[in-house]
Amino acid sequence: MRLKLVPAETNWDFFKYTKYTLWGSIGSMTLSVLLLFVVGLNFGIDFQGGTVIRTQSKEAVDIGEYRGSVSGLGLGDISITEVFDPTFDEDQNVALVRIKVQSGDEAVTKETLELVQEALRGIDADMQFPLVESVGPKVSGELIQKAMLAVLAAIFSVLVYIWFRFEWQFSLGAVAALVHDVILTLGIFSIFQIKFDLAIIAALLTIVGYSLNDTVVVFDRVRENLRKFKKKKLLDVMNLSINDTLSRTVMTSVTTLLALITLIIFGGDVIRGFVFAMTWGVIVGTYSSVFIAGFVLVKLGVKRDWTKTEDVEATQFKSKNR
Amino acid sequence: MLNIPSWQRLFILVFCLGGLYLAFPNLFYSTVEKHNDAVIMVERGQVAANDVSEEINSWPSWMPSNLVNLGLDLRGGAHLLAEVQLAEVYAGRIDAWWPRIRDELRKNRNIVGSIRRQQSPPDQLHVRIENADAMEQAIGMVDELASPIVNISGIGTKDIEVSGRADILIIELSEEEKSATDNRTMEQSLEIIRRRVDEVGTREPIIQRQGNNRIIIQVPGIGSATELKELIGTTAKLTFHHVIRTSPSQSGYNAGLEVSYPSIENPNLFYILDRTAVVSGDELTDAQPDFDENGRPAVSFRFNPAGARKFGDYTAENIGLPFAIVLDEEVVSAPVIRSHIPGGSGIITGRFTVQESTNLAVLLRAGALPAEMTFLEERTVGPDLGQDSIDAGKIACIIALVAVMIFMALSYGLFGIFANIALTVNLFLIFGVLSALGATLTLPGIAGIVLTIGMAVDANVLVFERIREELRSSRGPSRAIELGYEKALSAIIDANLTTLIVALILFTLGSGPVRGFSVTLGIGILTSVFTAIFVTRLMVIIWFSKYRPKELKV
Repeated sequence: MRLKLVPAETNWDFFKYTKYTLWGSIGSMTLSVLLLFVVGLNFGIDFQGGTVIRTQSKEAVDIGEYRGSVSGLGLGDISITEVFDPTFDEDQNVALVRIKVQSGDEAVTKETLELVQEALRGIDADMQFPLVESVGPKVSGELIQKAMLAVLAAIFSVLVYIWFRFEWQFSLGAVAALVHDVILTLGIFSIFQIKFDLAIIAALLTIVGYSLNDTVVVFDRVRENLRKFKKKKLLDVMNLSINDTLSRTVMTSVTTLLALITLIIFGGDVIRGFVFAMTWGVIVGTYSSVFIAGFVLVKLGVKRDWTKTEDVEATQFKSKNR
Repeated sequence: MLNIPSWQRLFILVFCLGGLYLAFPNLFYSTVEKHNDAVIMVERGQVAANDVSEEINSWPSWMPSNLVNLGLDLRGGAHLLAEVQLAEVYAGRIDAWWPRIRDELRKNRNIVGSIRRQQSPPDQLHVRIENADAMEQAIGMVDELASPIVNISGIGTKDIEVSGRADILIIELSEEEKSATDNRTMEQSLEIIRRRVDEVGTREPIIQRQGNNRIIIQVPGIGSATELKELIGTTAKLTFHHVIRTSPSQSGYNAGLEVSYPSIENPNLFYILDRTAVVSGDELTDAQPDFDENGRPAVSFRFNPAGARKFGDYTAENIGLPFAIVLDEEVVSAPVIRSHIPGGSGIITGRFTVQESTNLAVLLRAGALPAEMTFLEERTVGPDLGQDSIDAGKIACIIALVAVMIFMALSYGLFGIFANIALTVNLFLIFGVLSALGATLTLPGIAGIVLTIGMAVDANVLVFERIREELRSSRGPSRAIELGYEKALSAIIDANLTTLIVALILFTLGSGPVRGFSVTLGIGILTSVFTAIFVTRLMVIIWFSKYRPKELKV
């Protein structure tokens, strides 16, 4: 009668196919890094500077016509993309016009902006510009630094926290999983050339948080099972812990994905990239907390005297009773 | 564990109801917003209470009226990041030293010989002295004029530094004086921007200093960043100068002592003026749009006593000569002084439209910006796009909520329904806390809430799964519930604390929308842990102690 995505009790061996999962992960990470170097990311104006004008018109967008109207303005390379979204009205035709940084530290000048808007109004006099964003090269350079700092700070503080709460082996396992997730996310952004801006950094950090959430739950169970089964091999304890928490892992991933997929469909085009990053992150994060974090922990080994403090407490308890 | 003391129960209940109470106004957003606007306008004395009684009465005054602030990306408006050109101020400050230094050196003409001001970098003052051998003494004389700066670090430092190179005496501001000047410039700029934005009367603008020389300005509801730039980016520096001569070209003047500014009315006419102003706009007390004797738009102004004295003295001494009125390095007009003007008031005429004269009066009243600003970043969001985003966010929120709820109920039955109630409470709590803190909700912030809907059930799932496990190891229902909560606690705490750390980092390093996201994420984590550990548990316990089921179905 109850909906059960995972059987009540499982006893799967998650490390049976380590060969494939590990090499799969290493392979896709290498591919991602290669992509980052060869193809690169489609940086938004936050990180590259420049100006984006969102146009909205009742008439259908003809990219050629748009390009023709602004190409003669001497503003360098202008990119124009049409935006489609299920939440748009019938006569809502949206495009993004992107202008490169002109000169100096400044964001777009009033003159440039008026020039472009004037030219576009030549196509449709009622054209609207619901969004105009411009970032000068000075700020965009700083934003990149800040964003990288944020991601590194997040990973580092997590490393420290888990080290304190668990052991350094757990900490390395968790961070390996995080790095895996971040790199794969960057990779997919490179493949699909999705706009990479400040919001994506926020998404990356959320992925870090989510993946960690998963990893910590598994690790918490490992810690508990290590106390319980002192003689069991670490690999078996790991497997047992993953199986114990599997139902929860799947439940939470599903509810989170339910929410995120709703947002992808209904949330509008402005935050689609952001939500896509998170959705992807939840999937790889769930995977990595089992196959990467777990694997690293098994390989590193762990000290087995977790019981020490508990023993002391237990003896004290006994002696009191006596 | 199965027994929650009644004071705790009361606390949980009060907390939830409090959240509900604080979140409630957000359900009637536009009504409450109108009510709040009306109340503020009455408080400021802009309208009489009777005129807006409908708006005021539309929301009972005993109800909370704090709303979640909507960020620019949801409400529409303009965002600017401006950089204040701090170094510009040094030039004016160092220039003001010239008369004193000149007088001092002239007094000692027998030692230094004749002196002449030289062209120099804008933040320095270069004076050539005839007697290069007397450089040491000259430095000493000028140094005498400097006044010490009193602060903790700068004991023994003075406000200017004097040095000599061959026969050139170089005077510049000391580093301490520069940084003190920087701070003053920033304070002044912030204050003036605030006044100018307030004159337009928009709702809750954000004007903040960022770092050493930057200012963030966010004005909801304004049409475009260009409009905002025009309002705050105009320096509106008004000065009155002695006219030396007029010239058809910009060049051909002594750059040390003089400046050449174009006429606003005639692009082929340049005025060669005394570099040092007689009076400046800093000394204005009032400016109003007005009309001149020919009925053309003009701006009338009034000086403070010190300004009025300088103005009066100058006009008395220079009857029959032209007097240049300079606005932002352009000569607005140069009327001939017909008589001594003692009262310290006057009128600026030029080719203004009525709109221009009104704007100019506003700008003059608010005061001149001490330095020019460049704009490093600007964003304009139209109100419709913001509304579309809100609508999309609402729909996504509701659908996500329903989907997650159905899924939870199918998976955990009654316990799932408990979790669903907790989830609803959680949403109210998030909005309650956001409203109470006056936090800003941005589009990524909405995404954060939707994400929270998905993740908030996690703590409950952890507990429920644990209870299931305990049941499988054939514990009794009451013991299973007890152990379920007990054992899941460490995982819940660790997992959520790490996410909270991430939210904190986002908050410290992020800005704008990203920061909005970190706020909702952080609050969402806290409230979801609270609802899972306390609210759901309370419901489970009340239900359990009432029915005492022999068998537990989770």
